[in-house]
Amino acid sequence: MSARAGTLTCMIRFEGVTKRYGDAPGGSREPDGSRGDGGDTASVAVDNLTLEAPTGQITVLVGPSGCGKTTTLRMVNRMITPTSGTISVDGRDTATMDVAELRRGIGYVIQHAGLFPHRTVVDNVMTVPRLLGVGKREARTRAMELIERVGLDPAMARRYPAQLSGGQQQRVGVARALASDPPVMLMDEPFSAVDPVVREQLQNEFLRLQSELGKTILFVTHDIDEAVKLGDQVAVLRVGGVLAQLASPAKLLADPVDDFVAGFVGRDRGYRALSFADAPELSLADEPTVRLGSTSDDVRAIGAPWVLAVGDEGEPMGWVRSAAVDREVTRDLLHRGGTVASTSGSLRALLDAALSSPSGRGVVAGDDGRLVGTITAAEVVPAIEARRAADTAGRVPAGGRPSAEADEATVRAGEPTTEEATAR
Amino acid sequence: MSWALDHLGDILFRAGQHAWLAGLPLVLGLLIAMPLGWLANRTPWLRASLLTTTGLLYTIPSLALFILLPSILGTKILDPFNVIVAMTIYTVALLTRTVADGLSSVDPSTRQAAIAMGYGGFARFRAVDLPLAVPVIAAGLRVAAVSNVSIVSVATLIGVSQLGDLLVDGYNRVIWGELLTGIVACVLLALVLDLVIQAGTRALTPWVRAQGGRP
Repeated sequence: MSARAGTLTCMIRFEGVTKRYGDAPGGSREPDGSRGDGGDTASVAVDNLTLEAPTGQITVLVGPSGCGKTTTLRMVNRMITPTSGTISVDGRDTATMDVAELRRGIGYVIQHAGLFPHRTVVDNVMTVPRLLGVGKREARTRAMELIERVGLDPAMARRYPAQLSGGQQQRVGVARALASDPPVMLMDEPFSAVDPVVREQLQNEFLRLQSELGKTILFVTHDIDEAVKLGDQVAVLRVGGVLAQLASPAKLLADPVDDFVAGFVGRDRGYRALSFADAPELSLADEPTVRLGSTSDDVRAIGAPWVLAVGDEGEPMGWVRSAAVDREVTRDLLHRGGTVASTSGSLRALLDAALSSPSGRGVVAGDDGRLVGTITAAEVVPAIEARRAADTAGRVPAGGRPSAEADEATVRAGEPTTEEATAR
Repeated sequence: MSWALDHLGDILFRAGQHAWLAGLPLVLGLLIAMPLGWLANRTPWLRASLLTTTGLLYTIPSLALFILLPSILGTKILDPFNVIVAMTIYTVALLTRTVADGLSSVDPSTRQAAIAMGYGGFARFRAVDLPLAVPVIAAGLRVAAVSNVSIVSVATLIGVSQLGDLLVDGYNRVIWGELLTGIVACVLLALVLDLVIQAGTRALTPWVRAQGGRP
C-alpha cells in the first residue's frame, strides 16, 4: 500500500484531456444517452486533465458533484468520448483500440452494482469471460472461485441479484469485474449505496483483495474519507473538471494546496493525518483485568475507579465502573464508548483509544485480538511530537526506543489503513 | 347447452379457425414490432412519430380493413390471408409501443454495466435488453391477444369462418343457445391464449419470481 515512487510504469495516462458538452463539434452523444456529471449544456466537464494512474495502485478521483470525476472515469473505457486530448492504457492510445476489446479488458464496478437481474449470481460473474470466448465450464469454475474470494457463500451462486442484500450485490459486482482478470479496474462510487457498517466492511475487504491482486485502479468517490482511506494517491477535482491537487492521502491532509482543497478535505485534518503516521515503538502499561463473570469483590480488589474486563481468550471487552458493580460482571454492565487500538494500527487509532476510554487509558490489543496493554493520551502525544520533529528534519523517525521493561509490551503503528475496532 | 352439444364438431372447427386467425398474427405482429420498438427506443427523434403512426393503425375499423386489403394485396375477398394481415397490423399497432416501453424500462445502471462490459448493439439487445423487457412485452401481448380474439369475429361479415359465425347466425335467427355458445367460446379462447402467454412468460422469466413478482 505504501506509495512507491519513480520507476513504475504508468498504466492509465490522461494527457491534456478535455470534455466539453453542448457546443462541442460532434462526439457529445454517449452510447447510453447520458451526459455524466454536470448536465447543463455548453459546459466543460473535464478541463485539460493530465494525470497518471500508476500500475498496481489505487488512484482515487474525488470532488464535489459536477467536478467531472465520473466523466473522467468513463472516458477511459470510451463510454464517453473526450473532446480533445489522449488517454492511454498500458501505453496504447484508447482511441485507436477496438472499443469492445478495450472494455472487456477493463473491469468496471458501479454504484448499485448494475447486475443483470435476469441472470443468477454465477452467470453474472461469468459474463465477460463468456464474451471473450472462454468455455462455459472453465468460466463457471473461475466464477465460483471469485464468488468465494469476495466473501460470498457459494450457495448464493444460484440466486438472482434481487435475492441479495445491497452489500452482497456489490460484492458480486466486484467479482464480475474481476472475472476476466483485467489489469485495470474502474470503480464508480461502488460503496456509496450501502449503509456505513457494510461500507466499511467492503472497503476493508477491497483493500485486502487489492493487496493480493495489485490491480491498477481508478476509483471515483465524493467521500473524502473514503478517498483518503483507499487511495495510494488522491486526485482532488474542482467543479468544472480542473485538477486541484494530486497527492498521497497523508500529503493531502498535511499540505492542501489551496483553500478549496483544504475546505474539501475537511476538518480534523491534523488528527486524521495521524492515520498515516509511522510511529515509533511505544511502551504500554500493564493493565489489571477482570474476566466476564467475576464478582463485584474481584472488581473492587483491583482498587481502580474503572476496571477493564476481558473475555475468555483475554480479548478486551470493555470498562466497568467499580462503584456501579453490585453483582457479577456481565456484558450489560460494560461501558461501550471506548475504541481498541491494534498493535499494528496507527497513531490515530492509539490516540483515539486513549481519548475514548472512560479511564483515560487506551486499550491496545495484538493482532490476535488479545489485550496487550494500555496507553494514555499523554504518552501518545510525545510520539506525535517526535514524529513532527523528525519530519521537519527531513527523515523518518529512527525509532529511539524507550527501554522496554519486562512487564511492558511494545506497540508499533505501521499499517496506515487499519482502523480501530470498537470495544465490545 | 343442448345447442352446444348438438353442434360440438362445428364449434370446435370454428374455434380452431378462430385460434389460428387470432394467434398467428400475434406471433407475426410481435416479430415485426420488435425491430420497430427497438428502433423507436434507440432513436429519440423517431420515437414519437413511429409510435404515433403505428398506434393510429389500431383506429382503422376492422371491417374497412378486411374489405380494403384484397384490393391492396391482390387477394380474393374470401381469402383468410386478408384476416391474418389485418390482425397482424392491429398487433403491430399495440405492440410497437409496448416493445419500446419494455426496452426503455431496463435499469440505466444495468444498461451501463452491459455497455462497459463490451456488449455491442445487437448482442446487448439479445442478451440484456430483450430478456429484461419480457415482462412488459408479455403484458402488451396479453392485451393484443384478447383484442385479436374479439376483432377476428368481425371476419364473419366477409365470409371467413370462425366463432363469429355463431354470433351473427345466432343473432339473425334468434337462436339464443348459439349466440351464448359463441360468446362463451370466444371468452374461453381468449382465456386459453392468455394462459399460454402467461406460461411462456413464466418460463422465460424465472428471475421475476425471485424478486417477488416485481419486474
